[in-house]
Order: sequence, then structure tokens, then C-alpha cells
Amino acid sequence: MSASRTSLSLLRTLVPYKTQTRAVTYMPRPGDGSPRPVTLIPGDGIGPLVTNAVEQVMEAMHAPVYFEKYQVHGDMKQIPQEVIDSIRKNKVCLKGGLRTPKGGGVSSLNLHLRRELDLYASLVDCCNLPGLPTRHENVDIVVIRENTEGEYSGLEHEVVPGVVESLKVITKFCSERIAKYAFEYAYLNNRKKVTAVHKANIMKLADGLFLESCREVAARYPTIKYDEIIVDNCCMQLVSKPEQFDVMITPNLYGNLVANTAAGIAGGTGVMPGGNVGAEHAVFEQGASAGNVGKKKMVEQKSANPLALLLSSAMMLRHLQFPAFANRLEEAVKNVILEGKYRTKDLGGDSTTQQVVDAVIAKIE
Amino acid sequence: MSRRSIPLLRQLWTLPSFNLTPTRSVTYMPRPGDGAPRAVTLIPGDGIGPLVAGAVEQVMEAMHAPLYFERYEVHGDMERVPEKVIQSIKKNKVCLKGGLATPMGGGVSSLNVQLRRELDLYASLVNCFNLPGLPTRHQDVDIVVIRENTEGEYSGLEHEVVRGVVESLKLITKFCSERIAKYAFEYAYLNNRKKVTAVHKANIMKLADGLFLESCREVSTKYPGIKYNEIIVDNCCMQLVSKPEQFDVMVTPNLYGNLVANTAAGIAGGTGVMPGGNVGADHAVFEQGASAGNVGNENLVEQKKANPVALLLSSAMMLRHLQFPSFADRLELLWNGLYRMESTVRRTLEELVLLKKSLMQS
Repeated sequence: MSASRTSLSLLRTLVPYKTQTRAVTYMPRPGDGSPRPVTLIPGDGIGPLVTNAVEQVMEAMHAPVYFEKYQVHGDMKQIPQEVIDSIRKNKVCLKGGLRTPKGGGVSSLNLHLRRELDLYASLVDCCNLPGLPTRHENVDIVVIRENTEGEYSGLEHEVVPGVVESLKVITKFCSERIAKYAFEYAYLNNRKKVTAVHKANIMKLADGLFLESCREVAARYPTIKYDEIIVDNCCMQLVSKPEQFDVMITPNLYGNLVANTAAGIAGGTGVMPGGNVGAEHAVFEQGASAGNVGKKKMVEQKSANPLALLLSSAMMLRHLQFPAFANRLEEAVKNVILEGKYRTKDLGGDSTTQQVVDAVIAKIE
Repeated sequence: MSRRSIPLLRQLWTLPSFNLTPTRSVTYMPRPGDGAPRAVTLIPGDGIGPLVAGAVEQVMEAMHAPLYFERYEVHGDMERVPEKVIQSIKKNKVCLKGGLATPMGGGVSSLNVQLRRELDLYASLVNCFNLPGLPTRHQDVDIVVIRENTEGEYSGLEHEVVRGVVESLKLITKFCSERIAKYAFEYAYLNNRKKVTAVHKANIMKLADGLFLESCREVSTKYPGIKYNEIIVDNCCMQLVSKPEQFDVMVTPNLYGNLVANTAAGIAGGTGVMPGGNVGADHAVFEQGASAGNVGNENLVEQKKANPVALLLSSAMMLRHLQFPSFADRLELLWNGLYRMESTVRRTLEELVLLKKSLMQS
């Protein structure tokens, strides 16, 4: 009797310490608070809607960023030089999606931007968000995808009428640097395992070269586990036992597919943050967009999900070294998801984009 | 009775924060090359300094943090800080140090002050907050004391007018007051703090502290979203010990800052647990937040019972400064978790071993 009485009082003292209330201590350098310019490309489809959501939230938080807006559309021949110059100057860009026309020989502007700025790593963080029910639990996968070569080299030609060759280019240089980035990411973010995704049983030389580079880099990080998985098995494992994956490193095409699959099992492309990073620049956008910029209906009814781009802009705030603002934004977004009152159609609700944005702004402390 | 406690237990065990290991919270996207190891100057110092600096080295090793220390022996009885140490800090931009003993009287200036002047580390920051699990008489304490570090009463300009009469000059300049006020408001803005309080004694030192207050008022008009008020230092000390929850960020000249910081550290749990640092435009030196002007008594050094928590939390601040946020998160969350789980007995070095073990497993 007395033992349980003392345990009850002990438990009562422990319950108030439910949440980590005190934030962490940052010691900024003098001048860290001066506003930073960020290039903003609203894009096509739902792009203007969700980038406008980010602008509203940044305004509400009085974040020390200001946007330099540029109109770029998927049907332009190439990205205007002034936009590239602006990103080169600001080093950071936030963009909505750019529509890529099917066929027709016009190359994707998304791809063009990544090549021009040499943003060789694409990062998508797929994890279960508390309050959002999904069929898979314990998903916490970061997909790091090589962004500049592989199947997306754009080198195609018609040998004879009716016969087309498409070249997949894999180089040691690019494979090595993406492997280095993936292991460095795992090391810096306390991740335990890196999995290389490949199809080297069929494409023995191309994916073989990719794997070789990954193995070489893995040898320099003895504390991080490394393994390899064939892409078809990977897709099957993703949908049956996703908790086995941690960081995944992939060439271009597999990365696209794996990232979208992982985003789908973790809650949908409407909520996963992501970005593209190179040695000098970083472009933040929705993590996985399933290759489209939203249906016409979504644009008309203004029911696009702004949460993915909001979480990406929180990553951007961290990148710009405004961690306290990033924390506030992430907390607000997570609370909105947890509460579940304002959800757009892709999450099972019927709110509009603006309603979700207002909810996020209301939750910012 | 025990039946009622079961659902409570269940509730606690499911809470993510009850687990010692931190769950995934935020997404960082590092730049390529961010993982390259950084050099940090390490000055163990005197007294308990070498003990606590050794603790930090052990923990960084256990975490495989991407930094390496360049150690330099500096002692409080040296005439000045050796030139190669200054060069090293200028090269590395970041330094971690234990305390340097300052001899009383005798005309030998403090090496701590000399270091701050040499590197123009004009802002000293001490974060005093209640650590969960550490019982104190005062609750809801979360005060950041930002103290001007280079002038004021610590100018070191003293002279004997005639025998038996000494003048000590307290210098306040607009330049220094303005930049410390700017730093304090910028800190409040960047860290979502709601209020900045200027501590002064301008009713007596009308011109000196009056100039300080004027600079603070000018800067406060540029931050309309942050509340600003002023408090006289004697009232401040009394308010600190009776209602500390009213204070948020405090900006003070040199001497008051020293006293206020040590008082705030004391009410929040003691100088053994408060992190702090000194920052200038180009360099940053991290050390125990408040050290009450000493480097530990001889007993502490002999029995090796010094508290390493303050310097460990300061090194977490340093890891954030060097842009290794997830290492800093692991260190801070684990330490807070440990304090919550352990009982009231403080066994400092054993705690360190526990922390190391859990870091290596997480």
C-alpha cells in the first residue's frame, strides 16, 4: 500500500515534465539578424498558391528574409538569365514546381536549373507526422538522389526512323560526390545506415561504377552501416517493411521513384519537405511532387497543400542560420497536422490552402 | 492506489520525451563539405579548468564530433596571454576555455579580461534557466544576461592620486553601449524573446549610465515587436530573488552584468550548470557561464568533484555555433534526460560516464 502511494506521488512529479519546454541556447554572431534575400520562383500550377502561403507565413513571423520574385513558366525555352544571376547572388532559392511538357523535345526547366547551378544532391525527408494516420508506421527515410546525370542526361537520338537510343551516363566523379554527400549527411545527422539502391545485376557497368564509388566512401565511415539493395526489391521492401531504411542513396531515376514512393507511404507528397543542394547554392522546393504541378481542379478550388513547402522553408531558414524561426515554423505546422482540424483534400479533409495557412499563422508563438 | 498509477505510467512511457534518446525532430540539409572537422582552440586553465575541459574532450570523442582541439596551457599567473594562443584563436575563430585564476590586488590584470579585450569579444552571454529535474527555490527562470565585456568598471584605469587616495575610472562610451544594445535586441529578435530589460544605476551615475540607457533606448525603437524596460540594479537584484519570471533578456554594463549573471545563475541551479560564452564580430570563446570569479576551491580539485555540466552545455552552444546542430541536440537532450531520471544526489564524474555510454549508443 505504502509503496504504491509513494510511486503515485513520484509519478505526479514526473508528469509535468512531459514536453521539452526550454528551447536550446544559440549564441548568434553580431549581425546575424540582418535580413537575407531569397530568390522566389512561384512556378506553374499550384506553385503560386503554395509560395504565396510561404510569403504570408514569413511575414507573420517577421522572419529576416525578403523574397525577390521571378516569373518562370514551364513553357519557356530556358530559364531567364536574370533568375540564374539572382540565385547566384543570393545563394538560396525557394521554388514551386515548373511544368514539364511531355515529349516534344523541350527539356525540363527544373532539370535545367539543377544542371546550371550544379545542384548535384536532391534530398527528400520522408517521415511519419504525428496525427496523420498512414498504413505504415516508423517511417523515417531520407532519400539522397544524384541530380545531374544518369538517365536524365537528355542525350537521346533517333538511330533510324522508329529506333531511338537514350544514353544513361554514369561517371565516377558524380557518383563519388553524391556518395560523399550521403555519408556526410548521415554522419552529421546521427543516422545509422546508408543503403545504396541499384540495378547492377542488369546494368553491370553503369550501376556497378555507382556501387563501387559508394563502397569506397563507405570504407571511410566505419561507424555507419552500409548495404546495397536492388531497386525492384527496394520498392517491395519500402511498401512492406519501410522501417528498415534510414538514408538511401540512389542514382537519378531510381531516386525519383523511391523518393515518391517513400513520400507516398509516409503521408503523401503534400507534406514532405526537400531541397536540392550543390557546393555553392541551395534550392528548396516540395520534396516529392510526383512529376506534376497539381490538377487543374486543385488550382481552381485553391485546395493545394502548402505544408510541404512550409516545411521546406523551415529547412531553408535553418540553412540561412535562423534556427529559432525554423523551430517555431515547424512546431506550428506539426501542431496543425496533429490537431487535424484544417486539412486539405490530399490528407482527407476539405480545407482550402488559405485556411491551412491561417491555422499555421495562428499557431506560431 | 497502484491501479490508479498504472494508466499514469502508461501515459508516461508513451511520451517521446520520457525516452532518453532524442527522437527525430527537425530536418537539416547540410552543404557539401560541412562535415569536415573544425579546429577549436582549447585552454584548460587553472583550478577545476583542466578537469572540466577533459570532460568535454571525452564527450566529443564519444560522439565522434567533427572537431579537434588545439590545446594551450595558459595560467592566471602569467603576465599576459601568449601570442601563439591569440594567433590560434584568430585562426580558428572559436575557443573553449576553463577559468583562469585572477590574483587579487598586486596590479596584475586578469588574463580573462585581457583575452576579451584582445579579441574584442564585446558581448558576454549567460543563459540561466531551470534544468528539468534539478530542484531550486525559484521556478520558471529563463533569463539571458547579455553583458558588455570591454569597458565600464573593468577598464583597468586606476591611479593613486596621492598616497592613500586611489581613483578608479569607469568608462562608458556611446560606441560600446550602442553595439551591446544592438546585440541584445538582435539576440532577442533571433531567439523569439519578448522583452529586453536594461539594468543601470543612472539615478546616481547620471552621465555614465545615462549614456548607456540612451543607447539602449535608441536601439529599442528599431525593434517595435520587442518590449523594452529599464530597472535600477539594486531593485533588479531584489526582483531577481523574489520574482525572477518577470525577466527575459537583460542587457547590462560590465560590473552589473557580472553580479546579475552570477545571481541569476545561482537562483536557477548554480554556477555549475549554466552555459555561456563571449562573442565578438569575428571570434567566439565559450566557457562556463558564470563562475563567481573563482576557479573552484582546492577541495573540489583534489577530490575531482567539479561539475562538468556547465562546460558541456557551453560546448553544445559551441557545436551550434560551428553549425553541427544535431550533435548539439544529442548532447543537450541526453543531458536533460539524465537529470530527469536521476535522483537528487549529484555524482558528477559518474554522470559523465553514464552520458558517454548513452551517447555512444544513441
